[in-house]
Amino acid sequence: MNVSLILRRLLQLILIVAGVSVVVFFMLRMIPGDPAQLLLGELASPDELASLRDQLGLNRPLPVQYWIFVKNMLMGDFGNSVRTGTPVIQEIIPRFIATIELSAVGMLIATVFGILAGVLSAVYKNSIIDYTAMLSALVGVSIPVFWLGLMLIYLFAVHFHLLPMMGRMDLALDIKPITGFVLVDSLIHMDFSAFRDGLSHLIMPAFTLSTIPMAIIARITRSSMLEVLNQDYIRTARAKGMEERVVIFRHALGNAFLPIVTVLGINMGLLLGGAVLTETIFSWPGLGRFVVDSLMGRDYNAVQACILIFAVLMAFINLTVDLIYAFLDPRIRVNED
Amino acid sequence: MRKYLSVLFAVLILVPSISMAASDTLMWGRGGDSVMLDLAQATDGESIKAGIQIFENLVKFGDNSMDVEPQLAESWKVSEDGLIWTFYLRKGVKFHDGTDFNSKAVYDSFARIINKDHPFNGYGKWKYLSLSLKYVTNIKIIDDYTISLSTKMPYAPLINNLALWLCPILSPKAMAEYKDQIGMHPVGTGPFKFVEWVKDDHIILVRNEDYWGRKPKLKKIVIKSIPEPSTRLMALQSGAIDIADDLDPDSISLVKKDKNLVVKENASVNVGYIAINTSKPYLSDPRVRQAINYAVDKNILIQTLFQGLAIPAKNPFAPSIWSYNDDITPYGYDPEKAKKLLQEAGFDATREIELWAMPVSRAYMPDPVKTAELIQAYLAAVGIKCKIVRFDWGTYLKKTANGEHDLCMLGWLGGNADPDNFLYGLLSADTAQTPGASNVAIWKNVEFTDLVKNAQKTFDKAERTGYYKKAQVIAHDQAPWVPIAHTKVVRCFNKSVHDIPLRPNGLNSFEMVWKK
Repeated sequence: MNVSLILRRLLQLILIVAGVSVVVFFMLRMIPGDPAQLLLGELASPDELASLRDQLGLNRPLPVQYWIFVKNMLMGDFGNSVRTGTPVIQEIIPRFIATIELSAVGMLIATVFGILAGVLSAVYKNSIIDYTAMLSALVGVSIPVFWLGLMLIYLFAVHFHLLPMMGRMDLALDIKPITGFVLVDSLIHMDFSAFRDGLSHLIMPAFTLSTIPMAIIARITRSSMLEVLNQDYIRTARAKGMEERVVIFRHALGNAFLPIVTVLGINMGLLLGGAVLTETIFSWPGLGRFVVDSLMGRDYNAVQACILIFAVLMAFINLTVDLIYAFLDPRIRVNED
Repeated sequence: MRKYLSVLFAVLILVPSISMAASDTLMWGRGGDSVMLDLAQATDGESIKAGIQIFENLVKFGDNSMDVEPQLAESWKVSEDGLIWTFYLRKGVKFHDGTDFNSKAVYDSFARIINKDHPFNGYGKWKYLSLSLKYVTNIKIIDDYTISLSTKMPYAPLINNLALWLCPILSPKAMAEYKDQIGMHPVGTGPFKFVEWVKDDHIILVRNEDYWGRKPKLKKIVIKSIPEPSTRLMALQSGAIDIADDLDPDSISLVKKDKNLVVKENASVNVGYIAINTSKPYLSDPRVRQAINYAVDKNILIQTLFQGLAIPAKNPFAPSIWSYNDDITPYGYDPEKAKKLLQEAGFDATREIELWAMPVSRAYMPDPVKTAELIQAYLAAVGIKCKIVRFDWGTYLKKTANGEHDLCMLGWLGGNADPDNFLYGLLSADTAQTPGASNVAIWKNVEFTDLVKNAQKTFDKAERTGYYKKAQVIAHDQAPWVPIAHTKVVRCFNKSVHDIPLRPNGLNSFEMVWKK
């Protein structure tokens, strides 16, 4: 693989994270409102406020506060959460895993069904299949996540009692966390009823989360496929008497994949950030909700750490997308060299 | 491909349908998670709701009232000079970790809050000292089951403070072991033991089998955070949870219509009010302030913005609190009289005054912006021009405590249900000193202040009642506030749940609750 490309990208990543840290740090502190007042509530005395400000280091000049923040961060110390007093990193990890689990399943649904719908509508262009798929995609992009989530809950949880409406698993089940991923842990323990329970909790939130990316993927796949299907080599393949399935899935889809990968990468990032609403509706104990709660509570340390993690993650996703490009399309590899 | 699809479908079909909560487990849904479960440090309602299942105090409030009753202290007496309180403790009580409850535990639980030299003092932040043990100067262990508290002045409201969540008794062993993490590992004497806490998701409590009091009927309580109100409502309707807290008025009316669900209401101990800054020369004439009182139609406000879930206020505190003066005739809605009073007082009708609207909604002020707009219209109708001003919450509190406003909206939940909490805390001359005033009307009435300070030093309840009733008459006549409303506390639950208590402050322990 291309080492210099990776090195260059990693260097960029460091710059990006440094930039994000500056922006986040100073933006947060520009929000009006005194964190000490928020923490102590309506009736705090001026003495109590002053002593808390002192404890939190809010009395020091901003550049000094920033310097301390960077120094600690480099040693892996993101500080303690102002709201709970526990180290931020301890608060973040379990939530981060919950968000990853939800986003990964959401992305899986979006990718599989999005690509399938896109391929079918390209192959059966201007047919009833095409219209149905593209109309669904339009609805999928436009439907408010919030409304969809509530409707799903009403239908499948309240009305038909088919699926659980909230949380990651039934609290009566006791699975000792190893990785933190409910599905993985239940498989490690060979506890299939817990696996089914975890899965049933995932269906509605993951589907809700997947609608928008699924629709986008379907539309991109369709247009990319249409372009490829008009190429000469497809005609050649067909002329050689190749089976239609092989033509479409190997020759056409394989070459139509580049724009799809780009969209997948962007959407993975969006999913991680955009899970806030879904997490709120389905009471999913994830990172999106945590960021919002922390922001409301002026929990500087927690917000900084979360945003930095998101920034690093986005940068890594972009790096991965670039590497996949190089793998999919040899011409990119050649140009980079 | 086909094979995988069929496996997928098989899994989907096998997915179990949701189970209803077991009959000895109470599923309790609420909007947010607790912050910490050391109640001496907690300031948010969600922490208190969970914590009072685990902890007990020397004394407590009644199940459905705010009258003080014995809890871990069987009885108590106050010395002649009113400075020393002696408590006789209950014997044979054990903490959840198996250690004994005794005077040492009370000493450690209180001394850590007020005594800077106590080894546990540095393990916490005692944010609401002014509401808990502020006037206590010394704690003395007399014997294993007798303890005394000395106060720096006679302070009758102390007994109500001790019943507040802020004065819990914790296991000294646990406090020494968990240090500043005690709030994540609560160990008390209460009807339920702490088992598990997954932040932002749920808290699990189980029955304390060795509980000294009424045996808890439930085996387990799961307190679940469900931030989205519509989800919370649907969870209640579907039977996934048994109790849903913090539903909005629209949801409550839906619950009322559902034959499987029950709504219980009680009068709250809060008040929402408009404070009129009496230190501004143009608002210093009581006739102007009375005019503002006459100009506002509280009944309309309550019907529209509180959706009927409140009663109009005429005094600074709610009728559920003792010594409420019901003989006072409220200022009715009378714009003509308001205009007349303004004319008499020579109010300058060209002056535009500022009405500060709260940026956040609270139980006592569910829709502050619309409330401000309505009041603006009411005032305009009698010839007072006013401009609505908004700040973020932190700035709002700071500026109002500096007395920078003309009119401002605020409210208060008097957790300890003592009139002192409202009258001294929010209206005395002592608390009107800027900056940091909690009397944001900056109203410095000597006669009123003397009355409420005398009441603090009086231990005879009838005599205290007399002082407070007089003080309420002065507050009414001088009109530093427009008292708006006292909201009701509401609890929505499934009809399979029985004996749900509802204290006026909305905070109860659930040992008597059972499910069918």
